[in-house]
Amino acid sequence: MNPQEQWVAFSTILVKEIRRFTRIWLQTLLPPAITIVLYFVIFGTLIGPRIGEISGFSFIEFVVPGLIMMSVITNSYSNVVSSFYGTKFQRSVEELLVSPVPSYIILLGYVIGGVCRGLMVGLIVTLLSLFFTDLQVSNIPVTVAIVFLTAVLFAMAGFINAVFANSFDDISIIPTFVLTPLTYLGGVFYSVNMLPEFWQGVIKANPVLYMVNAFRYGLLGITDINVAWAFCMVIGFCVALFTFSLYLLDRGGKLRS
Amino acid sequence: MTSALSIRNLHKVYDSGFVALKGLDLEVQPGDFFALLGPNGAGKSTMIGVICSLVKKTSGDVSVFGTDIDKDFSLAKKDIGVVPQEFNFNQFEKVFDIVRTQGGYFGLPSQLAEQRAEKYLKKLGLWGKRNQSSRTLSGGMKRRLMIARALVHEPKLLILDEPTAGVDIEIRRSMWQFLKEINASGTTIILTTHYLEEAESLCRNVAIIDRGLIVQNTSTKALLRQLSKEVFILDTQEALTELPHMEGYQGQLIDSHSFEVEVEKHQSINALFASLSEYGVHVTSMRNKTNRLEELFISLVEQNNTDTTAQRSPEGKQ
Repeated sequence: MNPQEQWVAFSTILVKEIRRFTRIWLQTLLPPAITIVLYFVIFGTLIGPRIGEISGFSFIEFVVPGLIMMSVITNSYSNVVSSFYGTKFQRSVEELLVSPVPSYIILLGYVIGGVCRGLMVGLIVTLLSLFFTDLQVSNIPVTVAIVFLTAVLFAMAGFINAVFANSFDDISIIPTFVLTPLTYLGGVFYSVNMLPEFWQGVIKANPVLYMVNAFRYGLLGITDINVAWAFCMVIGFCVALFTFSLYLLDRGGKLRS
Repeated sequence: MTSALSIRNLHKVYDSGFVALKGLDLEVQPGDFFALLGPNGAGKSTMIGVICSLVKKTSGDVSVFGTDIDKDFSLAKKDIGVVPQEFNFNQFEKVFDIVRTQGGYFGLPSQLAEQRAEKYLKKLGLWGKRNQSSRTLSGGMKRRLMIARALVHEPKLLILDEPTAGVDIEIRRSMWQFLKEINASGTTIILTTHYLEEAESLCRNVAIIDRGLIVQNTSTKALLRQLSKEVFILDTQEALTELPHMEGYQGQLIDSHSFEVEVEKHQSINALFASLSEYGVHVTSMRNKTNRLEELFISLVEQNNTDTTAQRSPEGKQ
């Protein structure tokens, strides 16, 4: 396929993905908005004032970046895992496999589709947070780059999950037992400095901690970890998952017998 | 002349160890209407899967209009349209969107993809259903939808894996007519089917595949000439109490107004009628007892089974 045809194929997949999650907005866009509003009400308005300040910011100011990032992570992941597994389940993935679309275009189409949903939910959550607190942006390039790369990373993780999944149970196991604990323990609600020394070391093995802190640095200018290291790690993960996803599309036995 | 499809020594061994293809060779010429016949599990769908990249071959060479799939599968795929045996479209998507989207996957600009989707949905009688969700279509409509989808990029080679399975006679005939038109316009068609009447009336050339090998590959006419005998059923005007005398012909009475008769390859039907006329039997109609290709297909597959069994037996190994 020439570059123009590849662009057509990519935009076809992307538009299809965006149409899918906007058509079912009651399942994809509304629930995270309601959940996050509940977080804001409970942790921000009711419990937050009793906790006091963290690193010079009120509790609601401190958790908003983490909650935005949590929404981006879960939505970019779940969009790709459910959409691609759906095409596998209905065998409509064969429409793509018999076409001349290169594997990396298929992957990019689904991943950017997931990124769009992740960022759209992130934007909704950001706008809702303005009803509860004033939001500042300390470093725009860091904020935009880390949220985009995180969405890409988890969209690819969702793609890999979908390729390996053999049932609808398989697409909920990873989000429930891996993604949610990693996110909740990834510094969304607390600073690493609040933990005992031993757990400060353990928690640094959680990659989500680096993404949440880099994003918090972009918005508030505070972080528990080295932001440059966070970027290196996220980019490294993105390259590794992209390579593995391409392998699965080209040679993996899960899509072609 | 470059073949539309060239397959050389194709092997496929699945991870389970099942050997689906055992060195299959096949040539299909451009413009041909080609039938691929074989019992269930013979390797037809595996072969089609390899051609369109849904199945990874173990070894062998496949070229589509001169393009080796190992060298440039993307280019080869542009020439292929495939209609699978099972429904494989999104059941929640609209009919028009399914066809248009497939055009996008082949790099067709959206306006052209929409024009083509309209053209083929109209030709296949689905235009009125274009805004309906595909799951609401009948089985026959779903099959036609898959044909429209396979044609949206106007491939030079159209492969149909049992396209008329479960389709009623009227729709089947209209699909035959459509496929004839597509073939007449220059598209090479490869068809697998269990309806041997379909292969006999549509296809110029036939290959019979059994246990992963081509056991016969010739023109439909040449294949039919191999029939050593045919069985006809004759209906008579008068009621019969016994089988009419037919010198040199074997037969049996079916009921009071019909009987069947075997005509060997060297025998003449004229002589049969002369004999019947001589005894005052008036024939009102005549038909084949079974489809001719079906008889031949069964005999070839049975022959292949016998050969395989003989090779496996101790005597066969010696």
